[in-house]
Amino acid sequence: MIELIINGKPERLDEAPSVLALLEARQLASKRLAVERNGEIVPKGQHAHTLLADGDRLEIVVAVGGG
Amino acid sequence: MNDSLMIAGKSYRSRLLVGTGKYKDFAETRAAIDASGAEIVTVAIRRTNIGQNADEPNLLDVLPPERFTILPNTAGCYTADDAVRTLRLARELLDGHALVKLEVLGDPVSLFPNMPETLKAAEILVKDGFEVMVYCADDPIQAKMLEEIGCVAVMPLASLIGSGMGILNPWNLRLIIDQATVPVLVDAGVGTASDAAIAMELGCDGVLMNTAIAHAKDPVLMASAMKKAVEAGREAFLAGRMPRKHYSADPSSPTSGLIGS
Repeated sequence: MIELIINGKPERLDEAPSVLALLEARQLASKRLAVERNGEIVPKGQHAHTLLADGDRLEIVVAVGGG
Repeated sequence: MNDSLMIAGKSYRSRLLVGTGKYKDFAETRAAIDASGAEIVTVAIRRTNIGQNADEPNLLDVLPPERFTILPNTAGCYTADDAVRTLRLARELLDGHALVKLEVLGDPVSLFPNMPETLKAAEILVKDGFEVMVYCADDPIQAKMLEEIGCVAVMPLASLIGSGMGILNPWNLRLIIDQATVPVLVDAGVGTASDAAIAMELGCDGVLMNTAIAHAKDPVLMASAMKKAVEAGREAFLAGRMPRKHYSADPSSPTSGLIGS
C-alpha cells in the first residue's frame, strides 16, 4: 500500500504505478496536461518510465481560461 | 504599412492581446477572440479535475496552439517560487514553448503586483531560457530593472486588474515607454475602447485585456471595438497629434472670402 498526494488530495493505491499508468487509470492519458512530481517536471517522454513512490506529491495541470 | 509588433524576435500583426477567462463558454471565448483579431492569447494553468468529466472539452482544443500564440500566465501566484513552478509546468504542457506572462500578486484585494517577488521570479525564468512578458507596477524604475534582467516585454497596469478604471496615470506610462527598449504593453485596467485607444496614443506597443471584453454585455461586439480602438490609437500615435493650444483658437475654415466683406 502506498499513499500519493495528487493535486493536494491524499490517495491510497495497492502498488506503485508509473505516471503513465496513473494517468491511464484516471482517463487522463490522452489529455494535454503536464505533471510535476515532488516539485520537478516529469517530461511526457518519461511518463511510462517514471515509477511513483510512497509519499510522492503530484501536480497534474491543464490550461484553463485566464487573463 | 508594415507596422508589426516584435516580441522576442517574432512579429505579430495584432497589437491587441486578450485573455481567455470569464467567458460564458468556450464558444463565446473563441468568437470573441476571433472578433478581436488577437494572435496572442493568455491562459491560466490549473490542477485538472481527476476522475470526473473525462470528456470535458479542453481550452487548447478551442484555441489550438498551432493557430494562436498561447501565453501561459501565473495568475494567482503570490511567490516567485509558485510562479516559476507554474511556468515550468506550462512549458511542459506546451511542448517547450518559452514565451510566458509572469505576474506575482501582492494581495487578493488589489491584485497589485508584488514587485520584489516579480523581480526575483524574472531573474530565475530568464536564466532558465524563458521569454518573459511581465505584469508590473507602473513604476519606471522597476520597469527598467525588469528590462535589464532580460524580460522581453514590460506590462504595467493602467489600473487594477478587472477594475475597468482605464488609464489612471498616463504620465508614469509615458515615463516607462520613453525609456524602454523592449515593447511596453498596458496590462490590466482597460474598461472600454477609448481606454485602449488612449494607451496606444501614449505610445504603448500593445494592450492586453480580458475583463473589458468578457464582461461587456456583448463580448463579441466589444472585441471588435477593441480591435479598432487599438488600431486607431496606434495610427494616431504614428501620425503624431497636433499640438494642444490652450489659449488660442484657430479656425479650420478660411478667414477670407466671407460674404459681405
